[in-house]
Amino acid sequence: MTKDTMQIVREQDVVPFRNRVRELATKIGMSLVNQTKLITAASELVRNMLKYASGGKITLEVISKTGQSGIRLTFADNGPGIENIPQAMQDGFSTGRSLGLGLPGAKRLVNEFDIKSVVGQGTTVTVTHWKNGR
Amino acid sequence: MDRIPILKMGPFLLVTIQVDLYDRLALSLENDLINMVSKTGARGVLIDISAVNIVDSFMGRILGNIASMSRIMDAETVVVGMQPAVAITLVELGLTLQGVHTALNVEKGMDLLYDKSDLLTDEQNNQEDTEEPDDYND
Repeated sequence: MTKDTMQIVREQDVVPFRNRVRELATKIGMSLVNQTKLITAASELVRNMLKYASGGKITLEVISKTGQSGIRLTFADNGPGIENIPQAMQDGFSTGRSLGLGLPGAKRLVNEFDIKSVVGQGTTVTVTHWKNGR
Repeated sequence: MDRIPILKMGPFLLVTIQVDLYDRLALSLENDLINMVSKTGARGVLIDISAVNIVDSFMGRILGNIASMSRIMDAETVVVGMQPAVAITLVELGLTLQGVHTALNVEKGMDLLYDKSDLLTDEQNNQEDTEEPDDYND
């Protein structure tokens, strides 16, 4: 189905990216609450990508599974990678000076969440949110 | 660069966020607001986010910062007009906006600010001239 990629290199790229996610979510008929959850999660992840890896590439896909459609976003960067993923997934843990809600919060907001990271090579986070939020 | 306008309304400052905030814009708002509080001696800050579709942890932190900084400068902060979808998302995200007062709309937010800052509204002032003060301030 629809597949799109966007390069994120600076802060100003975030708003067009969020708009693109909203466009796709509206197109498949996702409810407002689910749209808001997905875009907020995406916003957290794109911020991490900019902050820790100076940007990266996002793939946006409309997918379907047993008749239900959803949106899958893949955030891939070539940054320093995450040494300790379980620690990074804890609420309140941050190596920057933030609230430490980005990764765990994003995980709570979407239906499926996957993170892979190789130190020195980069991090890939994939999130999927279904149309009805389940 | 874009800037979010800050209006002075009596003893309070009023900010209506009408655009999608990117980080630098949010940071400059934080800065501008604190400077305005200092310059005008405002007793309260009202931030209307009814047009804001997304509040993520960064934006939440900025709102918290504005509230803490204002409080140190003797001004209360009320955030009004949050969309239901935003509220649902914030709680799941784990952001509770501690220290930030909230109200449903601008009108209720104004009432809350008058209440918090121990100021009387014009209406109450007029009443005080004509009748015995009731136990409103007790």
